[in-house]
Amino acid sequence: MRVGTLATAIKAFAAQFSSSFLSVAIVAICFTVVACGTREREVDIAAKNGILLMGNGAEPKALDPHLVTGVPENRIISSLMEGLISYHPSNDLEPEPGVAERWEHNADFTVWRFQLRENARWSNGEPVTAGDFVYSWQRILSPALGAEYASMLYVIRNAEAFHQGQINDFSQVGVRALNPRTLEVTLAGPTPYFLNMLKHYSFFPVNPRVVERFGGMTNRQNSWSTAENYVGNGPFRLTQWTTNQVIKVAKSPTYWDAARVRLNEIHFFPIENVRTEETAFLAGRLHLTSTVSPDRIPTFQRENAEQLKIDPYLGLYFFRINVTREPFNDPRVREALNLAIDRRMLVERVTQGGQAPASGIVPPGLQNYPASQQVQFNLQRARQLLAEAGFPGGRGFPRKEILINTSEAHRKIAEAIQAMWRENLGIDVGIYNQEWKVYLDSQSQLNYDLSRAGWIADYAYPMTFLEIFTTGNGNNDTGWSNAQYDALIQQARTASTEPQRMQLMQQAERLLLTELPVIPIYWYTRIYLKDPRVQGWNPTLLDNRPYKYVSISSG
Amino acid sequence: MAKFIALRFLQGLLVLLAIYAITFFLVAATPGSPFSSERAIPPHILAQIEAFYGYDKPVLERFWTSLTNTLSGEFGPSAVYANRSVTDIIAESFPVSLKLGSISLLAALLIGIPTGIVAAVRRNTWLDYVPMSVSMAGICLPTFVMGPLLALVFGLILRLLPVSGWYGPEYIILPAATLSLYYAAYFARLTRGGMLEMLNQDFVRTARAKGVPEWTIVWKHCLKGGLIPAITFLGPALAGIISGSFVVETIFQIPGLGQWFVKAALNRDDFLILGLTVLFAALIVVMNLLADIAHVALNPRLKYE
Amino acid sequence: MSGSVEAVLGADEDVGREPATPEIERGASLWRDAWHRLGKNKLALISLFVFIAIALFCVVGPFLSPWDSQQQDLMIGAQGPSATHWFGTDTLGRDLMVRVMEGGRISLMVGLIATLVALLIGVLYGATAGYLGGKTDAVMMRLVDILYALPFTIFVILLMVAFGRSLWLMFVAIGFVEWLSMARIVRSGVMALRKQEFIEAAVSLGYSHRRIILKHLIPNVLGPVIVVATLTVPAVMLLEAFLSFLGLGVQPPNASWGVLINEGQQNMEIFPWLLIFPAFFFALTLFSLNFLGDGLRDALDPKSARD
Repeated sequence: MRVGTLATAIKAFAAQFSSSFLSVAIVAICFTVVACGTREREVDIAAKNGILLMGNGAEPKALDPHLVTGVPENRIISSLMEGLISYHPSNDLEPEPGVAERWEHNADFTVWRFQLRENARWSNGEPVTAGDFVYSWQRILSPALGAEYASMLYVIRNAEAFHQGQINDFSQVGVRALNPRTLEVTLAGPTPYFLNMLKHYSFFPVNPRVVERFGGMTNRQNSWSTAENYVGNGPFRLTQWTTNQVIKVAKSPTYWDAARVRLNEIHFFPIENVRTEETAFLAGRLHLTSTVSPDRIPTFQRENAEQLKIDPYLGLYFFRINVTREPFNDPRVREALNLAIDRRMLVERVTQGGQAPASGIVPPGLQNYPASQQVQFNLQRARQLLAEAGFPGGRGFPRKEILINTSEAHRKIAEAIQAMWRENLGIDVGIYNQEWKVYLDSQSQLNYDLSRAGWIADYAYPMTFLEIFTTGNGNNDTGWSNAQYDALIQQARTASTEPQRMQLMQQAERLLLTELPVIPIYWYTRIYLKDPRVQGWNPTLLDNRPYKYVSISSG
Repeated sequence: MAKFIALRFLQGLLVLLAIYAITFFLVAATPGSPFSSERAIPPHILAQIEAFYGYDKPVLERFWTSLTNTLSGEFGPSAVYANRSVTDIIAESFPVSLKLGSISLLAALLIGIPTGIVAAVRRNTWLDYVPMSVSMAGICLPTFVMGPLLALVFGLILRLLPVSGWYGPEYIILPAATLSLYYAAYFARLTRGGMLEMLNQDFVRTARAKGVPEWTIVWKHCLKGGLIPAITFLGPALAGIISGSFVVETIFQIPGLGQWFVKAALNRDDFLILGLTVLFAALIVVMNLLADIAHVALNPRLKYE
Repeated sequence: MSGSVEAVLGADEDVGREPATPEIERGASLWRDAWHRLGKNKLALISLFVFIAIALFCVVGPFLSPWDSQQQDLMIGAQGPSATHWFGTDTLGRDLMVRVMEGGRISLMVGLIATLVALLIGVLYGATAGYLGGKTDAVMMRLVDILYALPFTIFVILLMVAFGRSLWLMFVAIGFVEWLSMARIVRSGVMALRKQEFIEAAVSLGYSHRRIILKHLIPNVLGPVIVVATLTVPAVMLLEAFLSFLGLGVQPPNASWGVLINEGQQNMEIFPWLLIFPAFFFALTLFSLNFLGDGLRDALDPKSARD
């Protein structure tokens, strides 16, 4: 229900009100009926009809790929939209043809040419053209739209200048439609991993005609992405969006690869409370949950081993250190704190989800980039460093606080680390939790001592982790600035060969781990419950889901 | 009576205006912004977003614009949920909350009032203690324990009822039970108090002395007056239950209004906060007015002030 | 859950309609009578003793326990009750019994101090409004109406966000909500008293307003105020629990009962003791306070004196 005026709303209230008393009687009757018969579970009915029921964490802020930042949004949008490159069924490192059926690049990976498939269609039947991509990328890069993820496109030549308002002519930005089916992209520097970046929703197209009709290119309140107006080019189309209840998508007949799409529908349920979601799963209302609460993992491992899934996930859980504050401006103090965390104990006993203790910044699993082993647990060295820094046995160490955003899981991890530092170093730190928005502000204004943080890769390449700690990067948030590090990252960006690039990035990571403006804690895993009937749901590093390969058996 | 209502209506409008102003300036003074994001937004882009929602203007001007918009019935867009207006959000979730709330209250009345009457009539006996203790359980356990407990027992163990969602009538049972257990205690206690007061009146003594049967006294002479406190409480209770069932909505995944009260504040969704505050205040004002009218109707000794 | 604010308001408003005995001289005997009547109410008496026992358990208990509430043992994790840990341990291997005791201290402190805040503001405000009457009263009570119509949830969250998280802020935030009902009750009590001869006598003797309010009016409305205060404590504790559910409770590693219960309910079928112990003490405290409040109301109601 989406009514424009208050008057209609009031009418609706009135109608509901009169019916509510009637329903008491109905409820009473149903109660007896329900109590007598055994019901067929929702998951069984859905499986028979080829419908996937998914817990999806939270109500999406929007379904416009250029205005969202979250995981729940990504899960839905990737069923409705498709970029030039699509998701591989089992390997997030591999490019899979999407709207582009072929591509080629020059020798130093700076100019890419994409051949769009002829039968790529919007859900309103229009063909997806190279011009649509140019429009879309102009849209996300327009300063007036205020897209949070616009910086993903800075890899394109002049995109940053356009987004910063230094140039106003979009034709100077390195993207051109050579003809309706050929898109040429000129990059700012050699970027062999560009294909991996293209899988991100910030590169997804939107339909220019529809966007213009419902509010224009840079209107944040554009209504093109509501349930009634949505036009996508993905394997599914949006059929229902009931706030805080369900979002339904159904197989799209206009999708170029519709023959391969096995599911008839997917229903996304925005269930925020983890316990509620688990209960819904166990009661046969969901085929998949979005997560599992850490404390219950051992129980599920015992009793629901077939359903519990633990997949690798390209993300780092870490503490930021505000290096502008005493005593954290002393690298020895940072190193001491780092050395005194027993990560193995933490992941085995607290997070319990098969996470790997972080021995570096960049998680394992990336091509040609073995994970660093630099981070250790060494109490003797930690105590020695702390003493050298002027706090023998923790004496005289000022009272400092760990900032967390409100969440049971973060609180437990912080409490465990708090206890480790107290026991191992004699340091008493406090824990301070703030609401999400305020926590973000505190962090970006360096208004904290230590702060918990997480970083999930935007694309499968080490750079996504390393570039955030360069000077002036909006996500650095530690006050740490190191010219040598900046230089290494810059050199890596422009290096001409892949081995050189890898080597430079490894050097940068080593430097970062010596300086320690951040303390790595663990590398994420993705933990969820899955109905064994769901097929084709393979572990992927970025949790990108190629829904067209997913199916559900009715047995 | 018409004059009384008109006067109260005007007073109510003043209350709403004051609340609007208080909320607006409190929100404006609170740190954080609806546009804070995990991914750093460059300052000039942030400025563009703020300009889009009118945040580039001075506070007083924003207040005036926002007030005039509200007066013309337009609460503005949600600053966090793109392309959804505050009116949309309220229109979608209010009917759900109203339905859940009125069913819960009805159930609470059905449990609470008989309990209260029996407890008052058999005061300080086991017929007072036991039913009151049982009804008290609802306000001694937080709803976030009662809810999951009911879901566990009736949903997972007995497999009788659905544990989450809002589709058919059977989905109302568990959340309504959780809420009504909570409110039943209040109704029981209010009824007990009201009945005790009536039972202590002089005319009751006279009636007893004349040999009128006890239950006749209770039914014929005391019930109407004794129910006044409970009836008076209905209004505020409905306002409270509609806006304050966040816990139950979260646990049973119900798309009601309650969770918006929390989400709006946590997201710093300024327009939504304002819209919800005004809605809540209006509910309270209306419900109090209705309660006063009911109060007078039940108690002929009172006159409209 | 924030419905409880309104519930208490509604629940207790009728108290004020019957002011306590109007004369100071009779005050002493009133209290004696009330105590006597309370003695006849077995449930209320038991409640009083239970409450005292729980308070002692929480206040004294931690000194007697060999465990420290913050001492973790990740190796043992969550374990059920045993000879070493009578209530078992939580998921970080901390002794639950000490945590329940210390959580009780926090919860009771929140309940008592927030109620005290409410009491202080409410009584002074209500008495002043009721005594002065007329336009001042109208303006003052309109302000109460306004604050009463503010949605609690939004405001507590905004306050917490604006001023950071501290126990003191929680007292203020909750007290700020609860004083409204207190003010209304005291006002209506004082309004009724104001017409009485002994007050008019005091006025004609030229006593200051301050003296009349503090010395003559407030002592005479104390009965209903005590009743409301007793019933406000459990309401405040529920509010605190609600805030804990939102994650807005006390800062770790401290934990109130609300925090412990919220932690416990999330894993109720695998670690039931984590829910049962804190919930038991919480519910028992609320039970006893509610029955004590009801008993006090019965006892202090002058009408029932004629029984």
